[in-house]
Amino acid sequence: MTHRAVSFINRRNLFLAAGFLAFAAAFVWLLATRGPLAPAGIEQAAVTRADLNPGVYGIGTVEAQRAYSVGPIQAGRLLRVMVDQGDRVEAGQVLAEIDPVDLRQRADAAVSAAARARQAAEAALAQVAEAESRTRLAQANLARYQALYRQNFVAKEMVDSRLHEAAAAEAALAASRANAAAAQREIGRAEAERQGVDQLRNSLRLLSPITGVVTTREAEPGTTVVAGQAVLRLADPAHLWVRARVDQARAQAIRVGQAADITMRSAPEMALPGKVARIELQSDAVTEERIVDVAFDPVPDRLYLGELAEVTLHLPGTRNALAVPRAAIGLRNDRSGVWQAVDGRARFKPVQLGVQTADRAQVVSGLAEGERVIVYSARQLDEGMRVREQQLMTR
Amino acid sequence: MINLAGRDIAHHLKSYLLTGLGLGLLIGVTLTMAGVYRGMVDDAKVLLRAVDADVWVVQQDTLGPFAEPSSVPDDLYRALLGLPGVAQAGNVAYLTMQVSHAGKSQRVMVAGFEPGKPGGPAFLVAGRPIARAHYEAVADAKTGLRVGDVVRIRRNDYTVVGLTRRMVSSNGDPMLFIPLKDAQEAQFLKDNDAIVEDRQRLTANPAINRPGQPGVLDAVQAIQTSSHKVNAVLLRLQPGADARAVAGAIARWQRFTAYTRDDMEEILVAKLIATAAKQIGLFLAILAVVSAAIVAFIIYTMTLGKIKEIAVLKLIGTRNRTIAAMIMQEALGLGVIGFFVGKFAATLWAPAFPKYVLLETGDAGRAFVLTLVVCALASVLAIRAALKIDPAEAIGG
Repeated sequence: MTHRAVSFINRRNLFLAAGFLAFAAAFVWLLATRGPLAPAGIEQAAVTRADLNPGVYGIGTVEAQRAYSVGPIQAGRLLRVMVDQGDRVEAGQVLAEIDPVDLRQRADAAVSAAARARQAAEAALAQVAEAESRTRLAQANLARYQALYRQNFVAKEMVDSRLHEAAAAEAALAASRANAAAAQREIGRAEAERQGVDQLRNSLRLLSPITGVVTTREAEPGTTVVAGQAVLRLADPAHLWVRARVDQARAQAIRVGQAADITMRSAPEMALPGKVARIELQSDAVTEERIVDVAFDPVPDRLYLGELAEVTLHLPGTRNALAVPRAAIGLRNDRSGVWQAVDGRARFKPVQLGVQTADRAQVVSGLAEGERVIVYSARQLDEGMRVREQQLMTR
Repeated sequence: MINLAGRDIAHHLKSYLLTGLGLGLLIGVTLTMAGVYRGMVDDAKVLLRAVDADVWVVQQDTLGPFAEPSSVPDDLYRALLGLPGVAQAGNVAYLTMQVSHAGKSQRVMVAGFEPGKPGGPAFLVAGRPIARAHYEAVADAKTGLRVGDVVRIRRNDYTVVGLTRRMVSSNGDPMLFIPLKDAQEAQFLKDNDAIVEDRQRLTANPAINRPGQPGVLDAVQAIQTSSHKVNAVLLRLQPGADARAVAGAIARWQRFTAYTRDDMEEILVAKLIATAAKQIGLFLAILAVVSAAIVAFIIYTMTLGKIKEIAVLKLIGTRNRTIAAMIMQEALGLGVIGFFVGKFAATLWAPAFPKYVLLETGDAGRAFVLTLVVCALASVLAIRAALKIDPAEAIGG
């Protein structure tokens, strides 16, 4: 009996027992931390007070507040283009000319027509003078025959004949007067036609409507352009802004005058100051974005139209508000809330949220200051899931 | 009555433990293989679980958006929201592509989603959710990206603002979540050279660039570079709404194909990874059979190695039952040691695999029972051999 006891508690058996215990411990540890039965790792944070300054982000392009397309009012061939892209132009300056083709000849013809109309008017006046003279003669003859008839020297038939002659002469006079008036009008018409051709010649010269800069030159001499097609495009460099597109879902609090940061794609490190100049009434229905025009404040020296710009609009924030990290916000059964670790188990708590920034969200109700919420979890949380606080990522 | 098995094991302890260890590693490989198979199936389902959509609306007559390409208009969701029972609708776009970070490119599945609607990452392990409408990303931790890293997708740089975990495509590629509009652009936008060449081609086409109609060319070019398509619309239903009925109504009246979550799981598991899963499954079956055979051989040869001792036992009059119990106990002990070593090893090395290895408790239980059954069967063979031993061999050898 003593022999057996000695043989049982020898060194080898002690090693064996220790090895078995170590293996068992390692096995249990492994299953509890790495295996499928392990509780989900979480990281928590406390509900704290913070100043929240929310921003809305949009992207857009640098555009001119007003862009001008200068083109002909009727089809024609370009004769000359006097300015090039980047040139500064004054209001009223001639920018380009359209080939007049036969317009000069048409102007000459109009001048000749006007002269002819004046000569025709003079002829008509002469005809009026002749008709007046005829009328006077006929009146005199009539008076004479009426006197003779009263003394019974001539027959009634003779008097009637003179009466007719006098009436006819008067009608002829009226006709010639009307002719003269028509000839006068013809002068006016021919003059107007001549002026019209002159106007047309003027319109062939394309003038600058503003003092600004040529942004594009779209046609070269010799090109045939149709009515309304732009030959040159102009913009006022003092009035450039970013036409930014902001998701309608986040656009609610945007107001004219709010400050903004504008980051050009060419200078991603540098934010230019700006402010909301206009919120367009017409939103983009397809992309569901509101269009917000953000003016530079002040306007930088060199801007390139069409450049992509990122705009961050600064919305009114709240001070000293209860806030949780935004990563803590969860959604369950269409209700937003936070997950909390209660006695090692995950519990969902609906809360009412307020202002949200990129990092933090205001808690209007549902949580008290200092309460801890689950921010990160290694698995998708579910009600009652076992959780354990641990560091999830090495930072 | 002394325990013959205990004494015998104590006598050959080192070789017994080493045999158990070897068996254990073999069982560990088998368990891992089962884990690879389970992990593959789980990869296919993980996105469905995370997205938590009740109905997937895709292009008509396609198995989209994963098994087949699918494209639906991005304003379809408005019509879907009007259907009875629909609570939430979210557009999603998925594309598998290489993204580069710090000179290294890796394969990811880019998922475009609208924040606050179905389709986004369900939880984070670091950082914050996407807050801006553009150029922010949430990456799966397996990409190796960290919060603050910048990755380039097509022509834009995206800042990683948050990390999530276990968000993979059905192929096991880690996912990168970005805002939907960016994903639409990334999906349909051509590279700059192609755009310029297309413009030149259009300009040279007299049917489009007609003299006297200067606006046509611009309009055609604008159409070519804009996209209002997404790959699928995800619906969450109101509590109590019947997903199958809603899917049926969409298929019938909207003329789009709609899948319930079960349908989608069926597509992903039974169609998309069917061949690969079968391949692994068959391999697993062979590995299990081979492992069982090896276990049986080891126990059989271990018994045959003890012919002399058994003969001596017989010589001194030990009963057959006692000898059989000894062999059976040793075999089962070997199985138990092997199983625990195997389970330990598999759990230890599973996280090191590049794709997910899911070690299910049920699989472990089945493996345990199987190991013991195989050990018992093998020991029956060994017992038959042992009982035939002539006690004379004890003296003869």
